[in-house]
Amino acid sequence: MNQLGTRYVLGKVAGSLGSLAFMLVVNFFLFRVLPGDPVRTLARNRLVSQQQIDELTRTLGLDQSLPQQFLTYLQNTFTGELGLSFRYRQPVADLILDRLWPTLVLVGTGTLLATMIGLWIGVRSAWNRGSRFDKVSTGSSLTVYAMPEWWLGLMLLAVFSVGVGPLPGIFPTGGLISPGVDPTSLEGVLDQAWHLALPVLTVTLAYLADFSLIMRSSLLDEMGADYLMTARAKGLRDTRVRREHAVPNALLPSVTLVALNLGFVVAGAITIETVFSIPGLGLLTTEALEVPDFPLLQGTFLVFSAAVIAANLVANLLYAVIDPRVRS
Amino acid sequence: MSAGEAVPRLTARQVTRRRRRESARRTWNEFRSHRSGVVGLGILVVFVLVALGAPLLADATGLKVTAATGGVLEAPSAEYWLGTDDNGRSVLTLLIWGARVSLFVGLLATAISMVIGTLVGVASGHFRGWPSSVLFRLTEWFLVIPFLPLAIVMASVLGASLINIVLVIGVTSWPGTALLIRAQTLSIEERPFLERARALGAGHWHQMSRHVLPNVMPMVFANTTLTVAIAILTETTLSFLGLGDPLRVSWGSMLDDAFGAGAITTGAWWFIIPPGICVILVVLSFTLIGRALEEIFNPRLRRGILDETSKPRRRERS
Repeated sequence: MNQLGTRYVLGKVAGSLGSLAFMLVVNFFLFRVLPGDPVRTLARNRLVSQQQIDELTRTLGLDQSLPQQFLTYLQNTFTGELGLSFRYRQPVADLILDRLWPTLVLVGTGTLLATMIGLWIGVRSAWNRGSRFDKVSTGSSLTVYAMPEWWLGLMLLAVFSVGVGPLPGIFPTGGLISPGVDPTSLEGVLDQAWHLALPVLTVTLAYLADFSLIMRSSLLDEMGADYLMTARAKGLRDTRVRREHAVPNALLPSVTLVALNLGFVVAGAITIETVFSIPGLGLLTTEALEVPDFPLLQGTFLVFSAAVIAANLVANLLYAVIDPRVRS
Repeated sequence: MSAGEAVPRLTARQVTRRRRRESARRTWNEFRSHRSGVVGLGILVVFVLVALGAPLLADATGLKVTAATGGVLEAPSAEYWLGTDDNGRSVLTLLIWGARVSLFVGLLATAISMVIGTLVGVASGHFRGWPSSVLFRLTEWFLVIPFLPLAIVMASVLGASLINIVLVIGVTSWPGTALLIRAQTLSIEERPFLERARALGAGHWHQMSRHVLPNVMPMVFANTTLTVAIAILTETTLSFLGLGDPLRVSWGSMLDDAFGAGAITTGAWWFIIPPGICVILVVLSFTLIGRALEEIFNPRLRRGILDETSKPRRRERS
């Protein structure tokens, strides 16, 4: 049994490594092979100096053969050598490290809140399918699901930061911290939380819809199962049937779907950070798009993909912990 | 029918066609009982009519920045029902023409995604051995690469044009479909009629095109409508990030303009709310239709309905 568990874990780790390798290949080909002469393409219609072109040729190793280029690229990637940003004239790796934490806080807090509230709503509406709560929550979940998350952010920004009519805005309109405040002091931390409140609210609202719809349908799938009938026949109270029998089983497929959805949350961070001018990886990506700053874009793509792949691996391993069936 | 021909003779083709017509009619009848699906279809029909009739509803010269007649960010008035944008163009005209781009991109990108997804899904479910596992792994690998960053990177490398946006969305959104179709194919492969076909010596192509595909088609169809919703949302987001076709007005590019022109701080709600509402309505309509179709075609969800009626009506407040 334990041996089989190890096999499952090894399989999943191998799968993630496969994804990682695939992503590295995609990243390599997208920027080098697809558009023909990369340097010419990168410099097309753009303000790129001869110095930058030379540097690009050197960092891309275009005088080498293709397999050799790929090896150089792998070596550079694994040593954290992600090239120099066109826009900032700084190493891409440093820029990414600087901008990492606002995104982590935003995506982390947002996902946590969205998962908890979303799952709760999903359970409640599935258990009372067809009730008023179910109708209202499913209807609004579908509406929010149909909304671009950044548009929701724009609306919240307009209402709560700018203010509507006589109502003044109460939240800051953007940025991560008020000017002149020390970010490490207590005041600074509170100020940053205040700045992050609306973006986190946007992420939470935008994704709790997804999670509640997922949970609702997976609980509905379980509702007819025989073990629930047995539990009821034993005379258990409805609450206990739900909490101890139905929900734990319905959670299983949700875990995978929530992990897959993380890709969308990360994507949402790109636009939401742009709307609220939060200096994280998302804003860094849109700043890179304006130039366009290809080394930087490639770097952020790498980080986003690696993060999502890692999150998926964690979810798969978690799955093995909570569902003994996959181990055997 | 005259008495001479007792039994009407039908060719195999006619029989099939009748059967198909019959099943389409049954599906339609069932669809009509899903109220939300019908509402979705109604909204969609309105938008499709607006998109098709755009030249009749609003003069295309209203899209030209140089021919703009209104003031900058003018509030709604009798002349400009939804006000003007930062270039003095009528927001209503932009909305009407924007419907074309959104629907065009959504439908064409979905078509590409469906073709790739269905081919990969059916092939990886039908074949045994390494071709199947290679395709399956490929799908899995593609699935975990975050969709929007990949689309952003591809769009910026390929350059901004309508057809590139279509390609980018089509090429990045197929893995979900492929997994779904694969699962369906695997369950159909177990059915006796395929065993019979194999026993009679049917080739792979015949099995896939005559037996597997017609049976997964309903799921493909339901999934298509859901994919259109995602494709339209993605187009809007890419345009908002400035990756859309600069020569065409879409709802996403309007919102990009509005955000760039500071419509939020100046309170020009007519430039921000209407495009957003249009996106929501169109995406919602596809989602509602897709969910209704899924419930009709997916036996597992139908079982859910039956269970609902058999579930004891005992409910406690907790």
